[in-house]
Amino acid sequence: MRRVAAFYQSTVGKKVAMAITGFILVGFVIGHMLGNLKAFQGAEKFNHYAEGLRELGAPFFGHGQVLWLVRIALIVSVGAHVLAAAQLTLRSWRARPAKYHAAPHLELSYASRTMRWGGVIIAGYVAYHLMHFTLGNAHPDFLPGDAYHNLVVGFQSPWVVAVYLVAVAMLTFHLYHGIWSALQTLGASHPAVNRWRRGAAAALALVVLTGFAAVPVGVFAGIIR
Amino acid sequence: MNLTLHVWRQTGAAAAGRFERYDARDVSEHMSFLEMLDVVNGRLIEEGKDPIAFEHDCREGICGSCGMVINGRPHGPVPRVTACQLHMRSFTDGDQIWIEPWRARGFPVLKDLVVDRSAFDRVIEAGGYVSIRTGAAPDANAVPIPKRDAERAMDAAACIGCGACVAACPNGSAMLFTAAKVAHLGALPQGQPERYSRVRYMLAQHDDEGFGSCTNHGNCEAACPKGISIDCIAQLNRDAIRAALGKGTEYAGAAGGGA
Repeated sequence: MRRVAAFYQSTVGKKVAMAITGFILVGFVIGHMLGNLKAFQGAEKFNHYAEGLRELGAPFFGHGQVLWLVRIALIVSVGAHVLAAAQLTLRSWRARPAKYHAAPHLELSYASRTMRWGGVIIAGYVAYHLMHFTLGNAHPDFLPGDAYHNLVVGFQSPWVVAVYLVAVAMLTFHLYHGIWSALQTLGASHPAVNRWRRGAAAALALVVLTGFAAVPVGVFAGIIR
Repeated sequence: MNLTLHVWRQTGAAAAGRFERYDARDVSEHMSFLEMLDVVNGRLIEEGKDPIAFEHDCREGICGSCGMVINGRPHGPVPRVTACQLHMRSFTDGDQIWIEPWRARGFPVLKDLVVDRSAFDRVIEAGGYVSIRTGAAPDANAVPIPKRDAERAMDAAACIGCGACVAACPNGSAMLFTAAKVAHLGALPQGQPERYSRVRYMLAQHDDEGFGSCTNHGNCEAACPKGISIDCIAQLNRDAIRAALGKGTEYAGAAGGGA
């Protein structure tokens, strides 16, 4: 444990923590996306799914227990991810105090350059998203227990849809660089697979983009109502 | 050709620096970039002015001494070429050229374009070596090494320690330099006994020197005059994780001395 603690103090150790928590959050994002897509199956199936989340683990666990375990794991993951990111960012800013007169980006991609502020935007959106669809205090007509109604009403405003799509776009870029970067950080590198890593990250990011964007666009286009 | 240079001038580590403008006249396209600076310096000396300080030694791309950021790119616009091997035919008449030192907290500017890269020496001293008993030379090829491992080690060992990776990194990280040595020695049988202590010590020294953390942009690989791959960084990460999980404890006590 002493070595693991010392490792966490190093720059690579914090990156590894970010990679592991990042993969946990990617798992959540994919599960969340698959759940959202049930909106296309209509109110009954979608609400049944939403309510079913509270019964996860039954009959071993009681109502809402596993859901709260998952929530705690996610909160811890987000906290650790953001803490390590903030520490490493401050460190890197100190390490490069002066800028060049004119520096071309060389290999910097839009995705890699926006990891930090993109992450801040995503975190801000998640806070709004929770108030919108979970707590309901940022929702015009929130009915606890009727997730389908909340979803359809919630996406009536084009502004809400626009903000949602921007956030999903930022998430797509974040995942495109983040998934590849996490593999690199965890040392998942081998000549046989290295040329597939970026492609795999891009494919997963595009699946997430399509899956998440489909629901508000579906509401806006009148397919989900 | 005639060029306009904007060169970073700084009298000392504590002094504030600024860009100074110089005209470089009648530059031959066959000159190297450093020869062009030599000519400019010759004129400055004739005029009784302080010549532009820059580091150089072998001028054949293998010593790692020369290094400056030319128009935002470490070692200039040509990939896999050091500043000394960059020729003026890569520029065109009338070009404006901005010349700056490496900029990183780990590389404080000493004067003009010269930075103090002794942080690299301390990273190497921390673990970038193999401990062996000296004495009668062993038979050549007594230790068989698979061709693929030998190639991997040689690719990583091509690092000349110039610091372009740090200069190119938006995080001021020296991870490619550190990883090149970890990957070089880690690929060879002679490097195995200290493999996991090496990565721990070198990483700790890297961090202590004030270098930033790698975010896997890949700028370092693009700027490296020797084409060191960021695959080396994945290898460093993998070895560091294994070391944290207890790998290498079997050699505890051997590191740092041997005998």
